[in-house]
Amino acid sequence: MLAFRTAITAFRRAPLLSILSITTIAFSLFAFGLFGLVALNIRDALLRVEERVEIRAFVTDGTPSERLATISDEIAKYPEVLKVDAVTQAQALERARVELGEFKDVFESQFLPASLDIKLKPGSRDPITVRAVVDRIREYDVVDDVRFGEEWIAQLYRLRNIAGVAGAALGLAFAAVAVIIIGATIRMAVLARTKEISIMRLVGATDGFIRRPFLIEGSIKGVLGGVLALVLTYFAMRVLGQYLHFETAFFDRRLALLGILFGALMGLLGSAVSVGRHLRRV
Amino acid sequence: MIRFDKVTKIYPRAAAGAAALRDVSFRVAKGEFVFLTGPSGAGKSTILKLLYMEQRPTSGEVRISGYSSNQTRGRDVAKLRRRLGVVFQDFQLLEDRSAEANVAFALEVIGTPRANIPGRVARALTQVGLASKSTALPRELSGGEQQRVAFARALVNDPFVLIADEPTGNLDERATRSIFQLLREINASGTAVLMATHDLELVRSTDYRTLEMNHGEIVFDSADAARIEVDID
Repeated sequence: MLAFRTAITAFRRAPLLSILSITTIAFSLFAFGLFGLVALNIRDALLRVEERVEIRAFVTDGTPSERLATISDEIAKYPEVLKVDAVTQAQALERARVELGEFKDVFESQFLPASLDIKLKPGSRDPITVRAVVDRIREYDVVDDVRFGEEWIAQLYRLRNIAGVAGAALGLAFAAVAVIIIGATIRMAVLARTKEISIMRLVGATDGFIRRPFLIEGSIKGVLGGVLALVLTYFAMRVLGQYLHFETAFFDRRLALLGILFGALMGLLGSAVSVGRHLRRV
Repeated sequence: MIRFDKVTKIYPRAAAGAAALRDVSFRVAKGEFVFLTGPSGAGKSTILKLLYMEQRPTSGEVRISGYSSNQTRGRDVAKLRRRLGVVFQDFQLLEDRSAEANVAFALEVIGTPRANIPGRVARALTQVGLASKSTALPRELSGGEQQRVAFARALVNDPFVLIADEPTGNLDERATRSIFQLLREINASGTAVLMATHDLELVRSTDYRTLEMNHGEIVFDSADAARIEVDID
């Protein structure tokens, strides 16, 4: 309780330094947050594209509809498969008429083959898994041909991997910068109270006692910086969305909370390292 | 109560062979008043730092009220310091806190129950003659008054020894006399005093024991001289 009171008193005694610390933490987390937001939106966009990954297995003409239904049920039980739609010749014709409206008069008879349209579960849409599912489907004697946009899926995954690696590297760099800036900010607060710390030691305060208010102060600054960064990120997203005319996703409650916790953790770690170093030196 | 046994102190970055203290041995009895004199760099401050264990001997042993420099670590150092009072030439007060807040600080940081603090602070400030200026900030006080606040902070935990490192170094003659009188009163109440000073006039004006240092060694101990005189008689 005394440590908490001391931490709050430290805010009151040096309001400018505290505001500066919180703002610095907020801006370093804001940069991290903006990056996170870009990464989140790229991920969402890729997920939406991924949802379009589909395998279409054409079956030979004259395949009885019962047989088609049986195969459809079997394929639906594959662990990778999300959904199977059996499309009869009539349905295929109707779909072609809708999709290619200007040629609808050309399509007069049932010349399009029946098919099984297979959607895969998220996480099973990579080229290797798709190829494995396709190979199994090809084993059915009634399956004439299987189309799945092999090259397109390979390209998509290449893009996804590049985005993933670049995202992780940039994310780590941003996080490292945030940690360094937060550490330096907290160190500034520690240095501003060098005399207080040396007096505390002189009159018999334990290192744990000296450390506690700084840890609380660092965590509070981290939380406040995190909240401010979240608000800044939200408004930045709104402004960008307005001027660039695109809809962007924002962090959900869980991610927002994680961001604030990250701020608190950085504040706590920054304080622990700074005070620890200082106590070892004096 | 205080014992130095063949204490040598060499600071890590000191030039080769340059010892701040060399083979220093002496004892201080309970309630004794001892001056530490000598030129700058003689080792006076090092002796005081070894007493409150800010520094450790390179060899030898410092014992203070049962705490040995060879065994006391971490939390026990904090416990020892709660039983010592330390004052410096530059007062070491927190500028943004009143006199009473500075004194209370020494009690707060060792976990003294809040209810006990105001009474003890008032008593310490009365003891040093500053009860009427308890709410003043350090910058509103004279040098001598600031040093009195530092003494009140050192005394508030009822130390068995008061360690004073050039406490009158920044004060004019009048303030020096006044602070010295305060030190005598503190000593008269049973607290041992170890005071490092350059002020030889002050030292000569009393018959307190004097340890004179030079180049990290004790070159004169008035207690030894007195013993020799007694032997000759």
